[in-house]
Amino acid sequence: MISLNHYLILSGILFAIGTAGVFLRRNVITILLSIEIMLNAVNLTFVAVGRYLNTVDGQIITFFVMTVAAAEAAVGLALVIALFRHRETLSPDAFTALKW
Amino acid sequence: MSAYFIAHFLLIFLVFNMLVMSAAFMVWMERKVCAYIQDRVGPNRVGVEGLLQPFADVLKLLMKEELRPKAADAFLFTIAPIVSAAAAFTAFSVIPFGSETTLFGLLDRPLPLEVTDVNVAVLVIFAITSMGVYGIVLAGWSSNSKYSLLGGLRSSAQMISYELSYGLALAAVIVLGGSLSLRELVLNQTGYWFHVIPRWYIFLQPLGFLIYLTAGVAETNRAPFDFPEAEQELVAGYHTEYSSMSFAMFFLAEYINMVTVSAVATSLYLGGWLGPILPSWLGWLWFLLKVLLLLFFYVWMRWTLPRYRYDQLMEFGWKWLLPAAVVNLIATAALVLWIG
Amino acid sequence: MFEFIAFYAFAAIAIIASLLVIGQRNPMYSVILLIVSFGALAGLYVLLDAPFTAVTQIIIYAGAIMVLFLFVVMLLNVPREEAIASRLGARARRTGAVLSLVFTLEIVWALTRLSVMPVSSGGGGSIGSVARIGTALFTTHAFAFEATSLLILVAMVGAVVLARKEHH
Repeated sequence: MISLNHYLILSGILFAIGTAGVFLRRNVITILLSIEIMLNAVNLTFVAVGRYLNTVDGQIITFFVMTVAAAEAAVGLALVIALFRHRETLSPDAFTALKW
Repeated sequence: MSAYFIAHFLLIFLVFNMLVMSAAFMVWMERKVCAYIQDRVGPNRVGVEGLLQPFADVLKLLMKEELRPKAADAFLFTIAPIVSAAAAFTAFSVIPFGSETTLFGLLDRPLPLEVTDVNVAVLVIFAITSMGVYGIVLAGWSSNSKYSLLGGLRSSAQMISYELSYGLALAAVIVLGGSLSLRELVLNQTGYWFHVIPRWYIFLQPLGFLIYLTAGVAETNRAPFDFPEAEQELVAGYHTEYSSMSFAMFFLAEYINMVTVSAVATSLYLGGWLGPILPSWLGWLWFLLKVLLLLFFYVWMRWTLPRYRYDQLMEFGWKWLLPAAVVNLIATAALVLWIG
Repeated sequence: MFEFIAFYAFAAIAIIASLLVIGQRNPMYSVILLIVSFGALAGLYVLLDAPFTAVTQIIIYAGAIMVLFLFVVMLLNVPREEAIASRLGARARRTGAVLSLVFTLEIVWALTRLSVMPVSSGGGGSIGSVARIGTALFTTHAFAFEATSLLILVAMVGAVVLARKEHH
């Protein structure tokens, strides 16, 4: 039988994959994608716990997380475009200077 | 293996084949109507009145060589038409096209005439049509050709822009009907006002219906909004590099999407399978007739109206259609609150 | 039994797809694989009796956010990540990988020590009801809902300002 623990473990694994992506990849777009993986892992926890507690609040928080993710993606990708215009690369190591 | 299970399985098989057949029929109708509009005769060699012409076309496409540009991304290039066609087929699975039937007492419980009943059907259709964009975008990118890329970019921008108005037009009907299930929404339209006018949502939502139709044309990339494949500028847009059956899949997807958009419009605005005269077990005939009328409207529009310019399309979508859809939704919500 | 198979199938798809997302030098493939992972999560939401969340997951995440990513990848046309030596160096990155592995093991270890909690505690009313979600969203959480609308407006203005071409 599938229990809440199963969902929590799955969510933990997904979150760890997301953090590993942020550490390992040297490409701003993939780093943003890794952040999306982490947000989704958290969403899964919210929905699963919401089901466990028999309340809709878990799903509502998920809804807000999605909205925040959309806003984050829009601003993040705009930043990526602006940075790419200046440096012609997506490696985060190219953007260490505060001013250029 | 109950009789119900077998009947349901057969129904799914039937729906699948009807969709393929409807695409073939649409090819014939498009060519015939276009010919008459342009004062020609149209296909009349293969079969009666050229009815078998689409099958000859498919046979021809099957015989062609499957070409792939050397610079193309092999995996994505192959998968793009599959995504397009799969999304088109899947979207139709939640549309009810008739009331329930026991096949004259053959089944132990009534079988609803639809592939599956989901209680969030309207949203499911919306979700699946938004997946259809990927087929086109991937085709445009993976072909590694400038025409394809431009076609793919235009198409995704267009679909995202018009999806908003499309969704808001649907939302107004949902507010009226108070349900997300298509079957319930259709059943809510039963009955007549003053014994003459059917209680269809088109009479309560005339503006919404127009917005839905316009956005639907843009969603299916049809003229006058056929920028993704504007042949005078982009050769053939996102499917420039495709040949043989993968090209046929895009074609299939386009026509099935048209059928789906018309079927959703029929269910939401035109009372689905409800209609006078015919007994309720023949309701699917009404459904078919209404869908056919809408499809004819689409073909008629394509061969009558000239194509917009791309900036005009974007301006129209964001500055006119979207505000109109918002006003329509707010007005509907206010009216529902007021009347109760 | 069905729930058992479906859970493990969706979980496997989600994990494998997510691993491939970060184990990929081609951002185009990363985006596509992430969509697959989101699809699997939507399946899990359906198992959790949350069809509305499953559908919004597809509409918002897969249908809108990922299209945005795809757009940027296509427009910038940077198909591959440069294999240049990073400033951090290979050793630091290896440490990072090991640390995230330790993190995973830690989470799994901690969660397996918990007592088994059944996923559905029963009780009245389905949490899958859209009407119930809507009521809670527009009453209890009305302030948060309005706040997100402001957030979206800010993000929209921010994106336009950041991404527009500078005229000198």
